[in-house]
Amino acid sequence: MTILRLALRNIIGTGIRAWLNALIISIGLVAATWNQGLVSGMDEQAAQASQAIEYGGGQFWHERYDPYDPLTLEDAHAPLPPALQELVDNKKATAILVVQGSIYPHGRMRSLLLKGIDPGQGILNFATASLADNAAAELPILIGERMARAIGLTSGEVITLRWREPRGAFNAQDATVTHIMKTTVSTIDNNQVWLPLAKLQAMARLPGQATLVVLAPGTPPPGSLPGWIFRDSDYLMRDLRELVKTKSYGRVVFLIIFLSLGMLAIFDTQVLAIFRRRREIGTLVALGFTRGQVIRLFTLEGALHGVLAVILGALYGLPLLWLQARAGFAVPAGTEDMGISIGERIYPVYSAGLTFSIILIAMVVTTIVSIMPTRRIARLKPTDALRGRMS
Amino acid sequence: MTGNHLIRTENLVKTYPMGLSQITALNNVSLVFGAGEFSGLVGPSGSGKTTLLNIIGSLDSPTSGGAEVLGRRIEKLSHREAAELRNHSIGFIFQTFNLLPVYTAYENVEFPLLLLKTPAGQRKKMVMEALEWVGLADRGRSRPSQLSGGESQRIAIARAMVKRPPLLLADEPTANLDAENSHHILQTMEKLNRELGTSFLFATHDEKVIGYLRRKITLVDGRVAKDETFPSPAGKGV
Ligand SMILES: Nc1ncnc2c1ncn2[C@@H]1O[C@H](COP(=O)(O)OP(=O)(O)OP(=O)(O)O)[C@@H](O)[C@H]1O
Ligand SMILES: [Mg+2]
Repeated sequence: MTILRLALRNIIGTGIRAWLNALIISIGLVAATWNQGLVSGMDEQAAQASQAIEYGGGQFWHERYDPYDPLTLEDAHAPLPPALQELVDNKKATAILVVQGSIYPHGRMRSLLLKGIDPGQGILNFATASLADNAAAELPILIGERMARAIGLTSGEVITLRWREPRGAFNAQDATVTHIMKTTVSTIDNNQVWLPLAKLQAMARLPGQATLVVLAPGTPPPGSLPGWIFRDSDYLMRDLRELVKTKSYGRVVFLIIFLSLGMLAIFDTQVLAIFRRRREIGTLVALGFTRGQVIRLFTLEGALHGVLAVILGALYGLPLLWLQARAGFAVPAGTEDMGISIGERIYPVYSAGLTFSIILIAMVVTTIVSIMPTRRIARLKPTDALRGRMS
Repeated sequence: MTGNHLIRTENLVKTYPMGLSQITALNNVSLVFGAGEFSGLVGPSGSGKTTLLNIIGSLDSPTSGGAEVLGRRIEKLSHREAAELRNHSIGFIFQTFNLLPVYTAYENVEFPLLLLKTPAGQRKKMVMEALEWVGLADRGRSRPSQLSGGESQRIAIARAMVKRPPLLLADEPTANLDAENSHHILQTMEKLNRELGTSFLFATHDEKVIGYLRRKITLVDGRVAKDETFPSPAGKGV
C-alpha cells in the first residue's frame, strides 16, 4: 500500500512526461480497439450480406460439388430429391444449376460459370427478377458490376455464351445482358453469369437437375438425402471468416507500432528515472526499504503508465469509438474488391473480450518494460546511491 | 551483548579495489558506543567517516572484522534483515536532506511509520509530535521545494526521529546550512538526545558540530587516531 501510494505520487509528480507516455500507448489501445471493431463490424456485415444474398439458411450441395474445383461441375448435378423439390415448390428453397462455360469478349476466351436460378425466387436477395424479362431477350443474363467491368459489357449488349453438353459437344447461344447488379458479395459476381434456371437446364440438357439448393433462412433442413450434403451457415461462412481474419492481421500493426513507441518511451523514462533518482533510492533503502521494495516501486511506477493510458484512452477513445459505431466508417474507394463483401459504410462492432485482451496485452507489456530497467537497482549499492553515484 | 553498549565494532576493515591496488577506507577500527551518546567521527576528507557510519547503519558491509549494532551482527544480516533493522531502529540524516520530493513535509515524516505499519491514529499523533520537536508543526503541508535548507533538514530530523530509534546517524548534517541554521538543528538534536535518550553519531568536519560533541573520535587514514570524551560539550556556541 505504501509502495502503491508512493508510486502514484511519483508518477503524478512526473507531470506531463507521464501523460505523454500514456498518451502514446493510449493511441495504440484506441486504434487497436477501433480496428478490431472495424474488422468485427466488417465480418458481421459481410456475414449478413452473404447470408441474405448468397448462402440463405444453408444449402444442400450435390455430393460431387466443390466450388473450388470447376472440373467437378461436369458431374455435380442431379434431379432434386422429393424432399427438396417439395421445399422448392413451397418457396422454402430455390435450386441453382452451375455449368461451366466460356465467353469471348474482344476475341479472347474467358472461362466462367453459368448459373441458373429461378427468376421468381424470393430467397436470395439479388435481382434475379430481371431474368424474368423474356420479352426483352430470348436469353436474358444477369451479371454483376465487377464482371461487367472485367469483360467490358454494358446493359443491353449481346454476348455469345458457349458451354459443353453432356458427352462433349460444344454449343453456343447469344445472350442479352438485361441487368447489371451492384452487389457487395463478390462471390455472386466474379466470373459468372446468371440465367433463368429452366433455360440453363434446357441448354445443358439437364432438365429438372440442380447443383445446389438454397434453403430459406429458418427452414429446417430435411434429414439425410442420399447424394446431397447439407452445408449449414457455419460451414458456408468459414471461408469468409478466415478471409476477414487474415485481413485483420495486417492491422494489428497499429497496436504493435504504438505499443512499441510507448514501450520505448517508458523504458527510456524508467532508465532516466533510476539514474536521476539514485539518491532517492539510497534514501528509501536507508529508511528501511528492501531492494525488492525499491524494484517494486519503480516497476509499479512504470506499469502505472499503462493504467494512465487506459484512463486516457477511455476519456477520448470511448466517445470516439461510440461515434464511429453510430456513424460508421466510410470505406475508402478502391477497397471494394478486396474479396470481402463490405458495404459502403462499416459500422464497427466492439467486443468486450477483444478490448479487454488489448488492454491486458498493453498492461503486461508495459509491466515487462518497466521491470527491465530495474535490474540496475538490484546492482546499485545503497552507499553509492546516497552519494549520487551509479554502481 | 555485554554491558549496555549500543554499537561495538571489532577490527573493522573496509577496502575498495582501485585499479590493481586497493584503497583502505577503514583499517582495524574497534570502537564501542553506549546508549545516549552524542558522539562524532571527525577527521580529514577521505579518512573513512562516511564509510564507518554506513557500515554501522547496515548500508554497507565490512571487508573483514565485524560490528554488533543493537544486538545484531551487521556482517551477518541479509538484505531483508538489514532493511528491517534500519526501518525499526536507526534514523539517518544526510548532508543533502534527501526528502522525498513528491511528499509534503508531513508525509515525509509519516513515511517511516507507514513502513512500520503504525496504526493511523497513533501515526498522526507521532508525526505531529515529531514536527513539534523540530518547531515546524505549522509547515506540514509544505513541499520540500517550498522549504529552506534549514527547514528541510529539520523535517529530515523529524523523519529520522519520528519512530524514536535508539540510534541516529548523521553524515555531515550541517554541510549545506549556514551558521544560524546549523546551530538551530544541533540544538534540536541535542535536545532530542537529552529528552529521548537517542544515541547520536555524527560524521563531520564542521567545527560547529564538533563544538556540541561530548565524544570526538578522530579518524586518520581509516584508523582511530584519537578518542576523546568531554564531560560537557566543549565549545558550545563556538
Ligand atoms: N565506493 C567507493 N569506491 C572506491 N573508493 C571509495 C568508495 N567509497 C569511499 N571510497 C574511498 O574510501 C575512503 C574513505 O571514504 P569516506 O567517504 O568514508 O571518507 P570521509 O571521511 O567520509 O570523507 P569526507 O569528509 O570527504 O566525506 C576515501 O579514500 C574514498 O575515496
Ligand atoms: Mg563523508
